[in-house]
Amino acid sequence: MSIEIVNVGKRFGDFVALDDVSVSIPSGRLTALLGPSGGGKSTLLRIVAGLERADTGKIEIEGVDATGLPPQKRNVGFVFQHYAAFKHLSVRRNVAFGLEIRKRPKDEIRRRVDELLALVHLEQFADRLPAQLSGGQRQRMALARALAVEPTVLLLDEPFGALDAKVRKELRDWLRRLHDEVHVTTVFVTHDQEEALEVADEIVVINDGRVEQIGSPDELYDRPANEFVMRFLGPVTQLGDQLVRPHDLQLSTDPADASGVPGRVTRVTRIGFEIRVEVTADDGQTVTVTLTRNEFLALGIQVDSTVRVRLAPNSPTTTTSAPAQRAAAPSLAATH
Amino acid sequence: MTSTTLVPDRPAGNRRSARGGLPLTRVSGLGLGVAMVWFSLLVLIPLAAVAVTASQGGWSGFWRTVTNEQTAATIRLTVGTALLVTLVNIVMGTLIAWVLVRDRFFGKRALEILIDVPFALPTIVAGLVLLSLYGPGSPLGVNIANTRIAVFLAFLFVTLPFIVRTVQPVLAELDREAEEAAASLGASRYTTFRRIILPSLTPAIAAGAALSFARAVGEYGSLVLLSGNLPMRTEVASVRILSSIENDNPDSAAAVAVVLLAISLAVIVVLDVIQRRVMRRG
Repeated sequence: MSIEIVNVGKRFGDFVALDDVSVSIPSGRLTALLGPSGGGKSTLLRIVAGLERADTGKIEIEGVDATGLPPQKRNVGFVFQHYAAFKHLSVRRNVAFGLEIRKRPKDEIRRRVDELLALVHLEQFADRLPAQLSGGQRQRMALARALAVEPTVLLLDEPFGALDAKVRKELRDWLRRLHDEVHVTTVFVTHDQEEALEVADEIVVINDGRVEQIGSPDELYDRPANEFVMRFLGPVTQLGDQLVRPHDLQLSTDPADASGVPGRVTRVTRIGFEIRVEVTADDGQTVTVTLTRNEFLALGIQVDSTVRVRLAPNSPTTTTSAPAQRAAAPSLAATH
Repeated sequence: MTSTTLVPDRPAGNRRSARGGLPLTRVSGLGLGVAMVWFSLLVLIPLAAVAVTASQGGWSGFWRTVTNEQTAATIRLTVGTALLVTLVNIVMGTLIAWVLVRDRFFGKRALEILIDVPFALPTIVAGLVLLSLYGPGSPLGVNIANTRIAVFLAFLFVTLPFIVRTVQPVLAELDREAEEAAASLGASRYTTFRRIILPSLTPAIAAGAALSFARAVGEYGSLVLLSGNLPMRTEVASVRILSSIENDNPDSAAAVAVVLLAISLAVIVVLDVIQRRVMRRG
């Protein structure tokens, strides 16, 4: 195990940021700390980097107890949401910074920086100032700067949070490919479940200062440990007292079919390739079902059609304590 | 903003390459005109008048005046002490600004206000305060009246806020994450200060230093009571200028003024050059 987080607790005044958190982060993999804002995931990352001190607990990096070590001695690379560029230094000098203070020979620094700039595709921007780069370029520079010192672990705090949607998607793919090339143990913080599911090998879901679940993207999606994870990882709707994914629901118009819950279609919304059908069950509960366009056309349903709703076999569900959605109330469950 | 240009037939590209600017719009043209008239009336014309008065006696007259033993001594004392005080302020002003921005302690608000006292206080009042504290009747038992230390102290007192006040806002706006990034890259606190923080502060420090130096060179009220104005020992240039005027010798007064002006200008230019160097070096 590359990073061992044992019983870590942290308070800011009365606010409990982390409550007895224990996580093992494996070597050479890409791990996401996923959770809502204010849930403690950034604090945990900063504690691993030594930028914040835990009140209780222990941090071990590659078998070395790092709990009391200052950030300078931990050999971690840290990438910040807002780049934290050294504004007065050129891109090249930014990347070289860690090597310069390690007093490496000049030609070695030059070679290594050239390599890194090529890796992050910034060769032609070497002599620009950070202010002359776009957000995505700045973040790639920050990544090269962090990688320059050959850190044991690379920590990224909401690395794509300040970028627009398109650049974010590009960088996400790029980070995945970069990791496959460099293989440094990487932990990144995100509140975007899609980002975590797409990029990470392993996801740690953190909420309210506690770990909710740890697992691969598939495990988390298919076997959510609790209602929170179920809700956070994707859209949900409620069928009886079960939380289910709207796309795991099936509709049937066959009058001979007695499975599932009977109801009436109350609304049909089309969003691109996806059709969202709202069904009001006979007991008054509103269930959202998403279908592909073809499924929808094959069923031939419209508003006021009578249908039966049932769950596809082997679909993930969790029981919920929340009251069921009633008709008339606008459905928010599926808009997550 | 109107986009009407004063010279619409001239292609903008030409002017840009020639003068490094766009053609002025009517509004900005008017603005520039007003600014120049204002600046001329208040600064350029009086300065020119001083230079003209100084040149009344010709080059030899001017040279004789400023190399006069007593005058030269006042200029040396004034400029030397002002430089020394500016150096002290660069260190102490930055330190005080640092404490005010980065540390939390009881009485911080009060200290913030107290820093400005030397600004707000009429300089002659400052002179009185210094005299009663460090004069012959000092309650502290420290008597520096009629010594050069008195000049140094008075300069220090009145120039204290300049660097504090120019550095403080820049320091408050500084990106703390850049410092954290430097730390995680292995930089010690000292290295981080020297290579990351200081380059961002130098423009502010240089600006404050220039103000501090200029203020010290022209200082009169705060030191006139305590320094004793002893010729060849504690007399400063501003006192010398006043006595020239009193002795009905405006040419000589103007000559000293021109020297001070030239030195101040030179110091501001040097500070600017240093600042650019430090910023690039990083």
